[in-house]
Amino acid sequence: MTNPSTADIVARAQDLYEDLQFTAARDWKKAEPGRKVIGYMPVYIPRELIHAAGMLPLGIMGGGDNLEVIHGDAYYQSYICRIPRSTIELGVSGRLDFVDGMLFPSICDVIRNLSGMWKMLFPDTYSKYFDVPQTYDDEIGGTFYVGEMREFREDLEKIAGRSITDDQINASIKVYNENRRLVSELYELRAAVPWQAPASEAYLVIRAGLVLPVEEHSVMLRQYIDAAKAEKRPVKDNCKVVVTGMFCEQPPLNLIKSLELSGCYVVDDDFMLVSRWLIGDVTTTGDPLYNLSQAFLHHSMSTAAKYEPDLAEKGQFLVRAVKSSGAEGVIFASTSFCDPALLDRPMLQNVLKAADIPFIAFKYAENSGQMQPIREQAGTFVDSIKLWSAA
Amino acid sequence: MRPSIVKAQPADVEKDASMIKQKQMMAKHYDRLTNAPQTGEKVASTFVPGNLNELIMCFDLVNNLPEVNAIQSGLRKQSGAYVMEAERAGHSEDVCTYVKSDIGMMMKGNISPNGKKLPDPDVLLLSYTGCFTFLKWFELLREQYKCPTIFLQTPYMADGKVTPNMVQYMVKQLKENVIPVLEEVSGVKFDIDRLRENLRKSAVAEDDLVHVLQSGKNKPSPIDAYFGGIYYIGPIFGAFRGTDDAIDYYRFLREEVDDRILKGLGPVTPDGPMAEEKYRLVVEGPPNYTSFRQFWKMFYDEGATVVASSYTKVGGTYDYGFRHDPDRPLETLAEYCLGVYTNRNLPMRIDMLCDYINEYEADGLLINSIKSCNSFSAGQLLIMREVEKRTGKPAAFIETDLVDPRYFSAANVKNRLESYFQMVEQKRSGAGAAA
Repeated sequence: MTNPSTADIVARAQDLYEDLQFTAARDWKKAEPGRKVIGYMPVYIPRELIHAAGMLPLGIMGGGDNLEVIHGDAYYQSYICRIPRSTIELGVSGRLDFVDGMLFPSICDVIRNLSGMWKMLFPDTYSKYFDVPQTYDDEIGGTFYVGEMREFREDLEKIAGRSITDDQINASIKVYNENRRLVSELYELRAAVPWQAPASEAYLVIRAGLVLPVEEHSVMLRQYIDAAKAEKRPVKDNCKVVVTGMFCEQPPLNLIKSLELSGCYVVDDDFMLVSRWLIGDVTTTGDPLYNLSQAFLHHSMSTAAKYEPDLAEKGQFLVRAVKSSGAEGVIFASTSFCDPALLDRPMLQNVLKAADIPFIAFKYAENSGQMQPIREQAGTFVDSIKLWSAA
Repeated sequence: MRPSIVKAQPADVEKDASMIKQKQMMAKHYDRLTNAPQTGEKVASTFVPGNLNELIMCFDLVNNLPEVNAIQSGLRKQSGAYVMEAERAGHSEDVCTYVKSDIGMMMKGNISPNGKKLPDPDVLLLSYTGCFTFLKWFELLREQYKCPTIFLQTPYMADGKVTPNMVQYMVKQLKENVIPVLEEVSGVKFDIDRLRENLRKSAVAEDDLVHVLQSGKNKPSPIDAYFGGIYYIGPIFGAFRGTDDAIDYYRFLREEVDDRILKGLGPVTPDGPMAEEKYRLVVEGPPNYTSFRQFWKMFYDEGATVVASSYTKVGGTYDYGFRHDPDRPLETLAEYCLGVYTNRNLPMRIDMLCDYINEYEADGLLINSIKSCNSFSAGQLLIMREVEKRTGKPAAFIETDLVDPRYFSAANVKNRLESYFQMVEQKRSGAGAAA
């Protein structure tokens, strides 16, 4: 069988991205009686536990720019970001009526409070605020986190009507390790030859993993990487940049395309961090909850939603991302009214100044439609980097 | 002898004796803080929700609360300039104005309300309780002060209950992370009996505070539990919980309030005793501080008294039974943090507001939605609808900010309040007609 082309794969991924009825997940559920789907919001949840329960983890990243928010705005003041209102819209409009549970990870006060709103609005559906430790000692944060995961596992067992064994979780960790390796491979490919795997395509292919079963998504990733390597694509005189601040409310696809059109190769980002939150393989033998906690505490990504205990380490993840991807600058793209990203930004900018890394900043919403200002700003940024480099 | 109502400075502002006493306590505390470089006392900065004053005092540290500093800047009309200073330095217009007021104040020399410079903190005790912004706020301060920073995470009460895992997590943090660093910074060895004694004192003052807050059930209410409530919570939410001063203050306040009950008096407003209690309200959300007096006047001019408020629970939900327990010193600190209002999930907050409306026989709910504060604000429109549905009492929504004067539109707020009072009247006449 011939490998599909990048265009075929991206077209499939874009269909999934645009489908706000989540047909793929609905079909998966319908295929066998008793199947369950558990939705989750950004930034991170241990999907392995849901998978081990025989359920489908379904990433809900808001409604994007294709969803008309009719009811959701009635729940929020104008100064609150868009992702909670579009998520409520998805819920009250029945688009999530097949979902058996919703998880609200610890990221900010808006998503935290949305967990309580969900309990009020959908009292018959399981919902959980998924708390994680912000302290990283094994005996303190680790023990707490194992306790939280144990409680979540028990909840899933009740929903599934069966127990979830350690062996089953270890088997799921193995499947997700494979998926994380492929996501990393795609990021490495994009950093090395960004014209072969543009950010707008990589975004769609990785995002497909939020709605597909992980095994199917891993096949898609493998096929895309192989096809992207094989195809000849023109090299542009673009500037390599890292984009940061987009870890929760996702940018419209047009925003990523606009950055590319303005002369940027996005070689690293913080889109959909759940796909690569844990860095490297998680151990697949022994106590799986302990192993997942170890990975979370000691081998996980950094983002503004996390506390950094070490002042010297503050922002260094961004400097490392620039260096390892060969980027020449950083674009801070934050959602309007995003407390974590906007409060963190001045500190990260100070770190970049100290490291002599140029940056710009702008804000967006998931339904931003006017891209011309962003394109002009990014284009000017790229030009200035080129001028500096030439000097 | 009962203190009578006295005139305070400036001469046109009337305050009752407890308010003056409270102001004196606060002034004394600011003097202690600003004199710390001379006295050699060390300073711990921390937050109001999750304030561990009893523990901080065990190490002879002086408690400095950046939120309270921002409030003081707001009341003194200085916060607007501070906020803009921080925004010029790159802080987003979208984020918490307490943070920006604090940072702007720091950039302008960190001048305390007494006109003297506040000392740099010796330690930042980041009690991450009920508010995500705290976490970033102290990362920002750590960047400037480069002092030891202690992190204490309070898990969120998302399912409406405190689990053993939550308490154990907090106690472990206190033992392993908090106390050792406080010992190191202060040079004072931790003495659990000293902590027990402080906790015992806290509980005494907490009893009197609850008595005062629950006096709002009287008709007329002898207190305004929102605007006046700000004064009442000052000492116990700040640097005085666990002290003899707090015990004295709350006993004094209690007697003053009891005296007003006996005489059938309402609260004392800046323009004098409240004439007639026409409306009894429950208020959700923090107040605006930049136009505090003007804001309050919009209520008392209409005869509206706030009989209960959620804001007076951000530093502890004592009226729901919590007391610091000297017999379980670390566990009780954990449970205190877990129980504060902003660490409670939305269904719990709704239950509390409905209870207040019913138990205090209020006419309705008013939500002051604060642009800066997502911890409070996200979900308030649902809270409003749900409380209205459950109690049958009218609810209204106004929008202001904590300490950013640009977000206080007096005309809009006044219009909305007037409409709301008309709504209450209509509801009453409708109920009367039905009866």
